[in-house]
Amino acid sequence: MMGGQRSDPRPRFRVGHSVLTGCKVDDLIAEFLTETAESLEVVDSELVKFEANPNERKTLDNIFRLVHTIKGTCGFLGLGRLEAVAHAGETLLGRFRDGKLEVTPTAVTLVLHSIDRIKLILNGLEQTGNEPDGDDQDLISQLEAMAEGREVAIETVQAVQVPDRPINADIPEVVIAETKPELDRPLRPGEVSLDELEAAFLAAEAPDWMSDPEPEPAVEAQAEAPKAEAKPEPKVEVPVTAAPKAEPVEAPSGALAAALGEENGGIATTQSIRVSVDVLEGLMTLVSEMVLTRNQLLQISRNREDSAFATPLQRLSTLTGELQDSVMKTRMQPIGAAWKKLPRLVRDLSHELGKKIDLIMEGEGTELDRQVLELIRDPLTHMVRNSADHGLEPTEERIALGKPANGQVKLAAFHEGGYIVIRISDNGRGLNTARIREKIVEKGLATRAEVEGMSDQQIHRYIFAPGFSTAAKVTNLSGRGVGMDVVRTNIEQIGGQIDLNSIAGQGTTFTIKIPLTLAIVSALIVGAGGQKFAVPQTSVMELVRTGTNAEHKIEKINDALVLRLRDKLLPLVQLGPTLQLETATEENATFVMVIQVGERRYGLVVNDVLDTEEIVVKPLASILRDVDLFSGATILGDGSVVLILDPNALSERAGNMLEEKVEDGAEDAIAESALGQKVAMLLFRAGGGAPKAVELEHITRLEHIESDKIERMDGRAALQYRGKLMPILNVADAYGFKEQDIQPLLVFTGEGYAMALAVDEIVDVVEDFLNIELSPDRPGVRGTAVITGRACEILDVDHYLLRGLAEHARRQHPSAQDLITEAA
Amino acid sequence: MSIRDYVTLRVGGQLFGVDAARVHDVFHPRGLTPVPLSRTEIAGVLNLRGRIVTAVCARRRLGLGPRPADAPEPLAIGLEVHGDSYGLVIDSVDEVLKLDDEKFHAPPGNLPPRWAEIIVGVYQLEKELLIVLDPHTLLDAAHLKAA
Repeated sequence: MMGGQRSDPRPRFRVGHSVLTGCKVDDLIAEFLTETAESLEVVDSELVKFEANPNERKTLDNIFRLVHTIKGTCGFLGLGRLEAVAHAGETLLGRFRDGKLEVTPTAVTLVLHSIDRIKLILNGLEQTGNEPDGDDQDLISQLEAMAEGREVAIETVQAVQVPDRPINADIPEVVIAETKPELDRPLRPGEVSLDELEAAFLAAEAPDWMSDPEPEPAVEAQAEAPKAEAKPEPKVEVPVTAAPKAEPVEAPSGALAAALGEENGGIATTQSIRVSVDVLEGLMTLVSEMVLTRNQLLQISRNREDSAFATPLQRLSTLTGELQDSVMKTRMQPIGAAWKKLPRLVRDLSHELGKKIDLIMEGEGTELDRQVLELIRDPLTHMVRNSADHGLEPTEERIALGKPANGQVKLAAFHEGGYIVIRISDNGRGLNTARIREKIVEKGLATRAEVEGMSDQQIHRYIFAPGFSTAAKVTNLSGRGVGMDVVRTNIEQIGGQIDLNSIAGQGTTFTIKIPLTLAIVSALIVGAGGQKFAVPQTSVMELVRTGTNAEHKIEKINDALVLRLRDKLLPLVQLGPTLQLETATEENATFVMVIQVGERRYGLVVNDVLDTEEIVVKPLASILRDVDLFSGATILGDGSVVLILDPNALSERAGNMLEEKVEDGAEDAIAESALGQKVAMLLFRAGGGAPKAVELEHITRLEHIESDKIERMDGRAALQYRGKLMPILNVADAYGFKEQDIQPLLVFTGEGYAMALAVDEIVDVVEDFLNIELSPDRPGVRGTAVITGRACEILDVDHYLLRGLAEHARRQHPSAQDLITEAA
Repeated sequence: MSIRDYVTLRVGGQLFGVDAARVHDVFHPRGLTPVPLSRTEIAGVLNLRGRIVTAVCARRRLGLGPRPADAPEPLAIGLEVHGDSYGLVIDSVDEVLKLDDEKFHAPPGNLPPRWAEIIVGVYQLEKELLIVLDPHTLLDAAHLKAA
């Protein structure tokens, strides 16, 4: 497919050289690896297509030519093992091509096996520079046996049902219909003796099919005429070079179809060339430079009325804009490049699971930035696998339910604004709402009362929650959940969003929305400490104006700034002081940017919000990489350079700052709370009895760790935490840790050390007045208070901090024990 | 005997030289954007004809005192290290000298460490010494950390 000509999404093999300029063998091999990896991807999906529709001569020719090329190049480079496998595979394909052999799933599986073997060898070649040792005789024998052993009389291969669906002229689609695997096992050697095989192989090696892989279109077209598709072979590659709209929509038949097919779909069409990524990046830089120069010129021209330059300058301006667009396009690749492996994946899954699965792909031609494409490749593969594996019911179940026997996994992509939207849908059983609801409560992600009040969709979204899927075998319960939080994190990292919609019995649809490019992002230009900075707009949820007259006021809790926003407290990070540009900005701060990074939400306090601008992201020089708060720099329209803030790094910085504040302000907080201010409390359960509560600000962090990570030594428990051993204490001494599953921990920080409290379940975070009414009856409890209408025991943090310190001291200086007792 | 071209420049009165082949251009470092939290040697980033250039202050890099208030506007020489564009901010640029390799000497052993690693060698000119700088170690993040 066209992938062979497009610039490769993986530039790692790209070596800037030409075969003609006397290069080294290493370079040749690198080039060979790139090309072959691309070819093999094509072969994979073409084979699946071929299996579904064995009468499609063009597909077979394509496969044949690719394998032939691989074989030829291997021979040239002296890669004997590869050559032998490719040769045997080619022989078998040749039999198909000559119509001497029936195309069966078994045969295709065997060819796929040989492709896998080639990939394996290539892998070794890539790593070591040499073909890895190994014997392929088993595989070769099977291939040869297949090629020779089944001399079936030429008859039409059984028709394979292609699902009917409306054909959209604009959106090329690929239909992969799966046949039911009948003999899904590779032929075992031993059916024919090796000698016989050798002899037969030698006899069969007629050079005739090797010489010219070019098909004869006229003859073939006639033979194909009755089978001609209602449209010109809609292939993945079509939109890459030829605009899909340029194709005739009406069904061309006979010779015309073949001719068109050759022109548009043929792999040999070279409408594109390989260009190294460096050259493209260089072009980008030049164009950016040009745009700036143009802007300056326009500025000058505007100030002069007389100018005879006005008209040509206008023209230059337009051309520059167009040039910029064109250069940007060179970075774009069709999303189909990320889908290439999927037909094979689905075919294999289909055979493995014994499910009939149709994979439908729409909008493969939808383009997005090379870099983004790379980043979503794995999440997409994962999701398709999930849909096929867990989303779809087994075939029998489907039939029993009166559904079409073939399950369907559909991928669709289209543009929407500056985003690309990708939908992955299946027509399977849908998510099991009840089981997810149970799991949410079980995991302590929400209380039962909260869960009861949620809509189905809200509940479904919990499959993206961290800690949801990593737990026990969610997969078997709900049918989904493996690593969905990882998928979500990956997508959010590139400024994307993911959502899902599931209807019981009808299937599930995931919708991913990601920016088309990371090179150009929409950014807010903000001012802080007298300097301008860019903040990527994707992470900014809202802007809140603050200040003396504004509705929202910045408030202080133990020197930590917070903003009351719709009854929730938002921790604030002051940009100026964080960057050490100024000491305090509260007074002149006028804006809080509400920033969401993954699960974390915080407010960034800035002095000014100046503008929004589309910025071209440029990396910082290596000398500046240690400043992790900036993800890059950009040149604004006025020619000035601004640094791009990394919201993720800032949030980490914010976390650290808040932790420090909690440490030295703990006492004040208690004093304040006694005065009758509302305090944010964390409610949790531990060791039965009344729910327990602790002021939120004492807690450095909440962690959910797998219980088996807890290390126990002579009656004490600890956890490897941020490179240090952190003691874990139990709230109720008699109560042990959860033996399996996830253990919730409250992490507290003392003077230079951290400790954790193991609890059973984190219930909620509430805000209420803290009036301790009953005196404590045991250590570790400060008393009882009524919080949101419930009597709760208030945790004595100092008690546990001291115990934690004792644990630390015991480990380091056994003699320090006395000191601690004294302090206590 | 082979001849090399050196761009000669002055920082804090001292004459330095940089292999002319390494110098892309000479410019006035204007429109500098400071980089908060970066090391003191970093003067900032600037836009040089559409390229983002990181300006490094030679005085601070060499541990010399600040530029006098009445000094003329500083200059910068454009260098490229690891594919990144840098501007080394200096006091002034002198002429380009053609120097004979025979007059080249290894750096003396008594230099402070900060200097020793960034100096390739020394030329004895008639009036003074020309210290040849190595742009690579001068602008390399790893060497900066050590300094």
